[in-house]
Amino acid sequence: MRRGFDLLLLAATTITVAFLILPLAGLFLRVPIGELIAQLGSPAALDALLVSLKTSVIAHVIILLVGTPAAYLLAMRRFRGRGALVALIELPLVLPPAVAGIGLLAAFGRRGLLGGELEAFGVSLPFTQAAVILAILFVASPFYVRQAISSFESVDREVLDAARTLGATPRRVFGRVALPMAWAGLSVGSALAFARGLGEFGATIMFAGSLPGVTETLPLAIYAELDTDFTTALALGALLVLVSGALLLLVRLLPAWTSSPSTSLFRFARSSSGSTSA
Amino acid sequence: MLRAVAGLARPGNGRVALGDETWFDAAKSIDLRPEERSVGFLFQGYALFPHLSVADNVAFGGRRRAGELLERFGVSHLAEARPTELSGGERQRVALARALAREPRVLLLDEPLSALDAETGATVRAELAALLAELSLPTLLVTHDFEDAATLGDRVGVLVEGRVRQLGSAAELVSAPADPFVARLAGGTLLHGVARPLGNGLTELRTDEGLCIYSTDDLAGRSAAVVYPWDVSLSRDPPAADSRQNAIDGTVLSAVPVGNRLRVRVGPLVAEITAASAERLGVAEGEPMVASFKAGTTRLLPAPAGAARTEGEGSGH
Repeated sequence: MRRGFDLLLLAATTITVAFLILPLAGLFLRVPIGELIAQLGSPAALDALLVSLKTSVIAHVIILLVGTPAAYLLAMRRFRGRGALVALIELPLVLPPAVAGIGLLAAFGRRGLLGGELEAFGVSLPFTQAAVILAILFVASPFYVRQAISSFESVDREVLDAARTLGATPRRVFGRVALPMAWAGLSVGSALAFARGLGEFGATIMFAGSLPGVTETLPLAIYAELDTDFTTALALGALLVLVSGALLLLVRLLPAWTSSPSTSLFRFARSSSGSTSA
Repeated sequence: MLRAVAGLARPGNGRVALGDETWFDAAKSIDLRPEERSVGFLFQGYALFPHLSVADNVAFGGRRRAGELLERFGVSHLAEARPTELSGGERQRVALARALAREPRVLLLDEPLSALDAETGATVRAELAALLAELSLPTLLVTHDFEDAATLGDRVGVLVEGRVRQLGSAAELVSAPADPFVARLAGGTLLHGVARPLGNGLTELRTDEGLCIYSTDDLAGRSAAVVYPWDVSLSRDPPAADSRQNAIDGTVLSAVPVGNRLRVRVGPLVAEITAASAERLGVAEGEPMVASFKAGTTRLLPAPAGAARTEGEGSGH
C-alpha cells in the first residue's frame, strides 16, 4: 500500500519535470547550437534584440527610480485605505495581458482618457517605442513594488528610529539604513520585474503593435518569425531562455549571498497573495 | 515616554524641554524632529545597524569621538566586526558608544539590563553606574527592576499607565510608599485586610487570610500592610507576647539564596536573613517557622481602586 503511494508520487514528479523540461529541450535540440547562434546575427533578430534591450532597460530604470520611494512610503506609513491601495498595485499581477493592452489603449489611446490632452501636445503614444515602455511598466512594475514594500516592511523600525536619534535626516535614514538593509529583497524584486518586462507580449502587441525595428520586441519577433523563419524563432526563444535562466539564478542566489533573512522567489509567491491583509 | 522625549512618539499634550531649550510643547505647537534633539538613545534591543561594521555604527553618530569611544568601551578590537557576530554585552557597549558619539546632552536608556543574562546584568549594572557617574549627563532610564532603578538613579519615578505614581529617592519610596503598588515594586510584601485603629497608637489589621497584625500607622477601612523582607526575622519559637511585635506562624515554602543572604518565604511573608542565621535555625522547605516583625516597621496604605500594569522608571543624573 505504502509502496504504491510512493510510486504514485514518483510518477507525478517525473511527469511534471519532464513536461516542463521538454519544450525547453526542444528549443535547443531541434536545430544545432551553431546554427542558432548564427541566426542571432540576422538583421531581424538584431533589431528585435535592440528594441527589447532598449525598452526593457528604460522601463526598468523608471521602475526602480519611482517604485523604490513609492514602496518605501507604502511600507512605512499607516493610513486609511493603505491595504486597498497595495491590493490595487498588485492587480496587474493577475490581470490577463489582453486586458492590460486594452486598458492602456483606453487610457493613452487616441480616443482614450488622456488621448485628447496628449494630442494637444502633439503626442501620439500608440504604436511607438514609448508605448512598449508603458506596456512593460504596467505589467512589470507591480512585481518590483510589491517585493520592495515587503522588503522595507521587514526592516526593523527600531533601527530606523535609532538612526533618527543619531541625527540622521529622513533622507539619510533612507539612503544609509533602509536601502542597504532592504537591498537583497529589492534585488530579487528587480530581477523578477526585469524578467517579466522582457517577456511582455500581450499588452505590447495590442498597445504598441509589432513594427520591426520600432516596437517589435524579442517575444513579438518570435511570433512573427514563426511563419517565415522557424529557425530564427527558435534562436530568439533560446536566447530568452538563457536570459531568464540567468535572472532566475540571480534571484535564487542573492538571498544566500547576502545571508539576509529576506526573500527568495518562493517567499515572493506567498507574499503576493497574503499582502492585501497587511 | 523615552520615545516622546526623543521625538519618536508624539504626546497628546505636555512639554518636553532640556534646560531652556523647548523640544516639544503641545500648547505652542512646538515639535522638534528627532534629529534636531540632542539625545543619546540606548534602545532595548540596541538597534545596531546590521549592515555596518562596529566602527561604522559608532561613526554614524559622529566621527569625531568614534575612535576614542570604541577604546573607552573596550570594543576597538571588534571595530571591523558586524553586530551579528557580537555577544549581548558587546552589542550593548557598541550601542552605548554609538549613542555617546553623537555627543548628546541627555541620555535615554530603555531597559538597558533586561536583554542580558543575570550574571552579565550584574556586571553591566556596576559598569553603567560608573559610566553615569563619569558622564554627568542628565539621564532617563526605564526599567521594570526596582533594584536597577535604586542603584542607577538619583530619583526614581514610578509610572503606572503613563502616570507618575510617586517621584522621590529610592529610600523615600521604600520608607514612605505612596500606594501599595509602589510598596510592592520597592520589594515589600502586601497583606490585604481591613484596618481598625485601637486608640492606643496602634492599628489592628484583620487580613483576608484571618491573621491579625498591628501597625503604628493610623488608618481605617480597606487597607494593605507593607512588610519589607529585611524587617522580618525568623525563629523556631514564638517571641514573647507583645502587641508591638507581630508574629505569624507558617512553614517554609521556599528558600532562595540572594548574594550572601537567603530569601525565605514563610506563609504569606518573605524574610531576608543572613546565611549564618538560616543555618543556625535550620531553615529548610517544609520546616515550621515563626516570622516576626515590629508594628513600628509595618506600613499601612489605603487599598487602591483597581489593578495596574507595572512599569518602573528610574532617573539618574
